[in-house]
Amino acid sequence: MSTAREPSAGRAGSLRPPHPLLDVRGLRKSFGTVEVLKGIDLAVSSGELVFLIGPSGSGKSTLLRCCNRLEEPSGGSIWFDGQEVLADRIDINALRRRMGMVFQSFNLYPHMTALGNVTLALRKVLKKPRGEADRLGMAALERVGLAHKAKAYPGELSGGQQQRVAIARASALEPGLMLFDEPTSALDPELVGSVLQAMRDMRAAGMTMLVVSHEMRFAREAADRVVFMDGGVIIEQGPPEQIFGSPRQERTRAFVSEVAR
Amino acid sequence: MDRFLDSFLNAKLIAATWPAILSGLLVTVEIAALVVVTGLLLGLALALLRWRAGRWFTWPLMLFVDLFRAVPPLVLVLLIFFGLPNVGIELSSFAVLWLVLSLVLAAFAEEIVWAGLIAVKRGQREAARSTGLTETQALLHVVLPQALRLAVAPLTNRTIAITKNTALGTVIGVPEIINQATTAVSFSGNATPLLMGAFAYLLLFIPVIGLGRLIESRFAWRRQ
Repeated sequence: MSTAREPSAGRAGSLRPPHPLLDVRGLRKSFGTVEVLKGIDLAVSSGELVFLIGPSGSGKSTLLRCCNRLEEPSGGSIWFDGQEVLADRIDINALRRRMGMVFQSFNLYPHMTALGNVTLALRKVLKKPRGEADRLGMAALERVGLAHKAKAYPGELSGGQQQRVAIARASALEPGLMLFDEPTSALDPELVGSVLQAMRDMRAAGMTMLVVSHEMRFAREAADRVVFMDGGVIIEQGPPEQIFGSPRQERTRAFVSEVAR
Repeated sequence: MDRFLDSFLNAKLIAATWPAILSGLLVTVEIAALVVVTGLLLGLALALLRWRAGRWFTWPLMLFVDLFRAVPPLVLVLLIFFGLPNVGIELSSFAVLWLVLSLVLAAFAEEIVWAGLIAVKRGQREAARSTGLTETQALLHVVLPQALRLAVAPLTNRTIAITKNTALGTVIGVPEIINQATTAVSFSGNATPLLMGAFAYLLLFIPVIGLGRLIESRFAWRRQ
C-alpha cells in the first residue's frame, strides 16, 4: 500500500523503475575499530516516507550520511535510481544534487541571504543564469512559507525558519530523494511544528523521504514505514501501527515504551 | 629646550632634507605595496592548496612556514643579500627586500588563513557538498568567505607589522625612509631627519590602519 504512489513526475520515461529508488544492501561502516553499521539492508520505494528510529549511537545518522557518501561506507552496496552510488567512476556531485539533505544544525551559509543560500547550487551546479535561479529559489522559499524572508540573513531568522530555508535549499534542486538527519532536534519545541508542516507539504507533493527523527507522533501520522535500528543493525521494521502498537521484538518494545513516556 | 629643538626639529635641516625623506617614503610605499600584494596572495594560495592537497604538500609547507616565522627578517635579508651572490645569483637590494618580506608575510598569512578555514564548522562544507558543489566550489563559495572574515583582523595586523619591516632595507642599501634619514643624520650630526622619518611612517600607516578597520567592518555580516 505504501508504494501505490506515482513516481515523481518529469523523469525521463514515466515507468516505475523495476527496483526501489534507494536500495541499500549489506552496508557496513567502521570508524577505526568501531563498527557502526553491521550490514544494513534497506529499500525505499518512490514516494515512500521511511522513518528511521533508534537509540543514539545506533547508526541512524551514519546510515543516512553513507547514502550520499558524506561518510564513505566500509562495505556493501547502495543503489539509487538505478545507479551504483559506491561505484568508483560515479559523478558523485551529480548524484548528490538529486539527493537532498537536511541537517540537524541547519548549516545555512551565514554570509548569504536566505535566497543566496537557496540559489547557490542552482547557479553553480545546475548552471542556471541568475534570473532563473532567483525565480526557482523564490518558488522554493514560497513552498516553505518564507518568500518574505528571502533577503534576510540566517542570523536574523529563528531556528525553525532557518531549517525551512535549508529544506528549500535542498528541494530547489528537485531531488528524487530527501534525507532528513534529525531536522527538528536542535529546535525549540514551539518551532518544531513549522518544520514538520514543511515536511508534510513535501510529502503531499509526492517526495520520497528518508527521515531520522525522534518526532514519534509525526512518524505515527506520516510514515509509510518505520525502521527501528539498534547497535548498527535493523531490529525491526513495519508500518507505524505495528512498530508503535505491537512491536515484535523486545528491544523495539523497550525503546518505544521509553520514548513514549 | 633650545638644544632639544635644535637636535630634533631643526628648521634648516627640515628644509634641506625633506626631498630625500619624500623619495624614501615613495620607495617604502612601493616596496610595501608589492610585499602586501605578493605576500597575501601567496599566503592565500598556499592555504588553499593545503586544503586540497595531502601530506606531501603539508610537510614541506610547514618547514617553509616555521622557518620564515622563526628566523628574524633581518637575518633573512642579510643571508640572502650576502649569501646568494656566492652561488651565482645576483639580486638587487630592492628585489631581496621584496622577496624576503613577501615570503615572511606569506608564511604568516598562510597560517592565519588556514586557522580561519579550519575554524569554519564542518557542516558548512558538508551542506555545500550535499547540494552537489565540488570540493573547490564549496571551498571558494562557502568556506573561504567565512574563513576570511575570521582572518581579516590578524591579517591586517600582520600586514602592518611586515610593512614596517621595510626599514630593514636600510642595512642592504635600499633607499627607503630610514636609509635616507640615517644618511642625512650622519652628514648633519643632528636627529631631525629621523624624526621626519618617523613622521613619514605615521603619514603612511595611519591611512593603512584606517583601511584595515574599514575592511574589518565590511567583512562582518549580520548575525544573531
